Amino acid sequence: MQLKIQYYALMREQAGRSEETLDTSATTPTDLYGELVARYGFTLSREQLKVAVNGEFSDWSRPLAPGDAVVFIPPVAGG
Amino acid sequence: MRVRFTESAIDTQSARRELLDLGAGGYVSFEGWVRDHNEGLEVTRLEYEAFQELGEKEGERIIVEALLRFPVKHALCIHRLGSLALSDMAVWVGVSSAHRGEAFDACRFIIDEVKHRLPIWKKEHYRSGDSGWVNCERCAAAPAHSHTHEHA
Repeated sequence: MQLKIQYYALMREQAGRSEETLDTSATTPTDLYGELVARYGFTLSREQLKVAVNGEFSDWSRPLAPGDAVVFIPPVAGG
Repeated sequence: MRVRFTESAIDTQSARRELLDLGAGGYVSFEGWVRDHNEGLEVTRLEYEAFQELGEKEGERIIVEALLRFPVKHALCIHRLGSLALSDMAVWVGVSSAHRGEAFDACRFIIDEVKHRLPIWKKEHYRSGDSGWVNCERCAAAPAHSHTHEHA
């Protein structure tokens, strides 16, 4: 299925892009992050991240549906 | 939206006016500024970026929580994005209330929650020419090491 993925901060730099539409067999954010680590060599571990699906925080085990927008959230540093 | 992002200088005078209330006896504000050092490194400038869609939603939840916890009138937060120089204002929080005590408490609560919960990232540029994403790179470089230091 196709998913829309956005990258921010360190992950944007490591992926070399801020967004993409990806064909994937991943069915959860956990699976998807595993695929993306293999593709881009992200240095952050899954445990350091949060994930958002369609603009809201999500569980890592949430089943993904075609067209979902996924954003991985590196450790934050506002203020 | 009571938590906002802006690419230009934060207009505190206009933000302050939004807090005015005939029942308010005063207001408390906090300004976060870009400082010239962090964790022993000399900082020359910063870049901020945010996942704004989620940041505005989570920010609104923080404001709602603050208004439930503290009997204040109005609260607002504005966070700067993009490239910032030393002493630039990175974030502003303002709270108006009938009495000062709860305004201080609510302001403190909001800035603390904003720093911990909003999807905002800060890249520091150092005097050495190096740069790094705060809380991401040195932690990622040593995942086995347990970090107990406080990020300011």
